[in-house]
Amino acid sequence: MDLSVFLIQLLNSLQYGLLLYLVAMGLTLIFGIMGVINLAHGSFYMIGAYMAYALAPLVGGNFFLTLLVGLVLAVILGYLLEWAFFSFLYDREHLQQVLMTYGLILVFEEVRSLLVGDDVYGVSVPDILSGSIALGDVMTYPVYRLFVSAVCLLLALGMYLVFTRTRLGMMIRAGSVNREMVQSLGIDIKFLYRVVFAAGVAIAAFAGMISAPVSSIYPGMGNQVLIICFVVVVIGGIGSIRGAFFAALLIGLVDTFGKVLLPEASGVLVYVLMALILLWKPNGLFKAG
Amino acid sequence: MIYKEKGKTLFVGLFFLALALYPLVGGEYSITLVNKIMIYAILALSLELLVGSTGLVCFGQAAFFGIGAYAAILLSPEDGPASVWFLLPACVVLAATYALFVGALSLRTKGVYFIMVTLAFAQMAYYVVHDTSLGGGSDGIYMYFTPGEETWLDLSNPVILYFFTLLFLVWTFVFLAILLRSHLGRALAGIRINEQRMLASGFSTYPYKLAAFVTSGGIAGMAGFLFAVQDGFVNPEMLSWHLSGALLVMIILGGLGHLHGAMIGAFVFVFLQEFFKSAEIFGDFAEHWHLGLGLTIIISVALLPKGLVGLPELVQKRLFGTQAG
Repeated sequence: MDLSVFLIQLLNSLQYGLLLYLVAMGLTLIFGIMGVINLAHGSFYMIGAYMAYALAPLVGGNFFLTLLVGLVLAVILGYLLEWAFFSFLYDREHLQQVLMTYGLILVFEEVRSLLVGDDVYGVSVPDILSGSIALGDVMTYPVYRLFVSAVCLLLALGMYLVFTRTRLGMMIRAGSVNREMVQSLGIDIKFLYRVVFAAGVAIAAFAGMISAPVSSIYPGMGNQVLIICFVVVVIGGIGSIRGAFFAALLIGLVDTFGKVLLPEASGVLVYVLMALILLWKPNGLFKAG
Repeated sequence: MIYKEKGKTLFVGLFFLALALYPLVGGEYSITLVNKIMIYAILALSLELLVGSTGLVCFGQAAFFGIGAYAAILLSPEDGPASVWFLLPACVVLAATYALFVGALSLRTKGVYFIMVTLAFAQMAYYVVHDTSLGGGSDGIYMYFTPGEETWLDLSNPVILYFFTLLFLVWTFVFLAILLRSHLGRALAGIRINEQRMLASGFSTYPYKLAAFVTSGGIAGMAGFLFAVQDGFVNPEMLSWHLSGALLVMIILGGLGHLHGAMIGAFVFVFLQEFFKSAEIFGDFAEHWHLGLGLTIIISVALLPKGLVGLPELVQKRLFGTQAG
């Protein structure tokens, strides 16, 4: 493997890892704070990708406008979902919530099938970002992929700042440690949950929208992402934003280079890695907090 | 309380009786369908031992099921039918061996981590059969001869297979019911309720949990054998997490902590699936049967906090304003 091939794979793995991080962050936040194992989280990624496809003609084909409209819709969706399906479940057992989110997966997939159909679609890269830059003498790298990485990185940084530097972030962190205490301090925990859930949904949908031009859009794409994101969350340590970040990058690296170096074992590699890490550190690499 | 226990026993007895009498009225298609549901019920019972009785949420039960099924086909000779008395124990032992391996490692973790590690090991098994030529890759593999063909126990006859499956369903139920009343079962209940306290009172909980895990894996392997014999075909989807998820749904839907809940869950889940798939009732919309199934699951979560086994109590409360029993 020469240097430019290595560099391209490195950039690819970075882009994949950052995308995974966006989805996994919502998953880990929702579990860490609300205690909900959200199997339907991958569906939000799927919904985002299909929105990028279906909304484009409605807003005149402008990709950035599509992103904006999609993001707003996703926030509204998340807010309503939490209100309708989760707000009465917090006092129940975890497994009841698992059952609820399993039902939601089925519903989302079928609604998608009814509205958009079961075909595989592609979304074209916006004109401004459709170029490539040269890497070495013969290799080029598409600008759009760099754009995706940059946006994900900015978003991740933004979320980190919100989480560590703002009052809302402080309340969220407190809520994940002790729900009753936060409530007794006069903070509306229900509102907090709704905000966290809506943010998680919106970020996952955003990841789906922004990745639509680099990967095709197909039924069941959400479930695939969901399982990988569970691996990310578990390796990183449940509830840990920082852990999810490093774990996502690690999975991105292992998966991308695994496909190049060990194509026949690429499917299993990520799970072997997860099993090894958990045997070494049963609570993930970074403790929650 | 005693009244409730009696009602439960009566219910389960009638349930098995109805299953035993069913071939008198059912056609071949419906016998095959009920047979498949009974296999899922065995599988759901094996998971109930872990999730409902021990509090270990295993998200990889499909792996043991799939290993049992693949073993049934790979260990069958290509030139004639295998002996049931060799093949069935072999499938159970192989699935239980994998369960021993997975359990020994994954029981070091707890809670959500345990859920994910069992999923990871199941995915590993899935990719091994999916990506290697061991069992025909992603296309799956066929069984040439049904075990026991041309003997008195000819499992290629749907009615004989039906009673064979029913026998094992009853056996699994009775076996687990006895096991849960034994010393081991009490220890497992203790682990579910408070593992710290069990440790503090001098129980080394790990061997108990491992015993439950291996037993559960072996029973799942037995279900896998029955499935492979019935369909004569296996493919990697039998090991996929979709099935593991559906099994969890069955036992939660039925009501955790009750063996008959797991059986009810399996029957209701598959019936709902078939109901929403039926083109006679829903016409072209039957293609979107997931929607109906999903909505039913959501509504049942909202209305039935204790699953279907909690339904009589709930109805009684509504009608008479008192607790059942």
